[in-house]
Amino acid sequence: MGNAKLWGLKKSPWVFHVAAAPCNNCDIEILDILTPRWDVERFGIVLVGSPRHADALLVTGVLNRKNLPRVLEVYRQTPKPCLVIAIGACACHPNIFQPSYNVIGPYDKYIPVDVYIPGCPPKPEAIILGVVKALQRL
Amino acid sequence: MNIVRILFSFIVFPGFIFSAVIGLFLTWIDRKVTARIHWRVGPPWFQPYADFLKLLLKETIIPEGSSKVLFFLGPLLGVVSMSILAVMLFSMNFNPASSYVGDLIVIIYLLALAPIGIIIGGSASKNPLASVGASREMTQYFAYELPFLFALAIVILKAGGNIKFGEIILAQEATGPFLYSLSGVIAAVVILLSTQAKLSFVPFDIPEAEQEIMAGPYIEYSGVALAMYKVTRAMMFFTLPLFLISLVWGGFANWWAILKFLLIIVLIILIKNTNPRLRIDQALKFFWIGIGILSILGLVLAFYGL
Ligand code: SF4
Repeated sequence: MGNAKLWGLKKSPWVFHVAAAPCNNCDIEILDILTPRWDVERFGIVLVGSPRHADALLVTGVLNRKNLPRVLEVYRQTPKPCLVIAIGACACHPNIFQPSYNVIGPYDKYIPVDVYIPGCPPKPEAIILGVVKALQRL
Repeated sequence: MNIVRILFSFIVFPGFIFSAVIGLFLTWIDRKVTARIHWRVGPPWFQPYADFLKLLLKETIIPEGSSKVLFFLGPLLGVVSMSILAVMLFSMNFNPASSYVGDLIVIIYLLALAPIGIIIGGSASKNPLASVGASREMTQYFAYELPFLFALAIVILKAGGNIKFGEIILAQEATGPFLYSLSGVIAAVVILLSTQAKLSFVPFDIPEAEQEIMAGPYIEYSGVALAMYKVTRAMMFFTLPLFLISLVWGGFANWWAILKFLLIIVLIILIKNTNPRLRIDQALKFFWIGIGILSILGLVLAFYGL
């Protein structure tokens, strides 16, 4: 039973895109990996429109006071088991936005993050590698 | 003994399991052909089965404040009606004598149960987008059902006013498939377009328009319930083309039927991939005015035996 579950999850991770205050560049790169050139449907990865259908949340952007409740809500609404993949330098660490009054630190203070993909924005190849690593961690 | 046989036919062959397995394979063909049209590689053959397995073993969330019974009744209705439909189609094609008066009417109601299941599920899930999707599904159902019934009337007229499914197939064996006449072609086109709409494929994927209302009625579904919706869709993708073949193309109790079946599937996929989505009012106009007038024309032609 456990094996079947793992196999199913590994072979068909559906991703939901949580854009939590990014500069939008990371999002463009995420869309890139869905285009025919990188075609992640080869691995069964599909972008879905509802967190209820998702197996992995792709979070981008700097976590701040305004969007923390939203991110937590989306995480709560996602059926478990689910992966959280932090994409972009912003999602890994608040770096240059650190001194801001509004920024409240990286994601893993609040939700369990499975893999970090640094880069500003990360290359599509890097994102695919990150997802593969996240799946291997299972 | 008889009970066992009946249960076997409903659950294993050609009912639930058989049509689900074939249907999921057809959704892979759909995804693969779509990918090739996009100049992509596309998913491996086991993809739909992996999706299905994953959904079965995942957590199922019932949204707060939704009606629990109806929330699960919705997906169940579709699966049950499509299993029964598969059994009826197979038994009437391979054994036309098992047909009874009015079984075509039963099939019309079974076909209606799948959208009703979607409407019930969408309205029970207490989500504004799901309600919008359910209301669009309802509108679309009324849109395509009218020309669909006219097309069935054409078929019935051509079979000499018989509403026994077996008699329709026997009549085609006697005089050749209805498709090879003018009104038969019209009936086939109308049923094909209604099939497209029943499957909610582009250009009629208005109820679940991914870019506007996410997944429409399915938005709150997860786990087993979502898997049931997916498998209902897959089974419809299997049974509806069979229904079309048995109505106008001479039944599927021979090997040629596989070729006909694949042709229809590919036609549906090509229509899906080369058209933009319509708005709901455009779909209504398209079915009631354009296709509606065409089907009435076909009815008149069939009346004069063309
Ligand atoms: S990591 Fe760079 S590209 Fe990505 S959201 Fe932050 S600033 Fe934009």
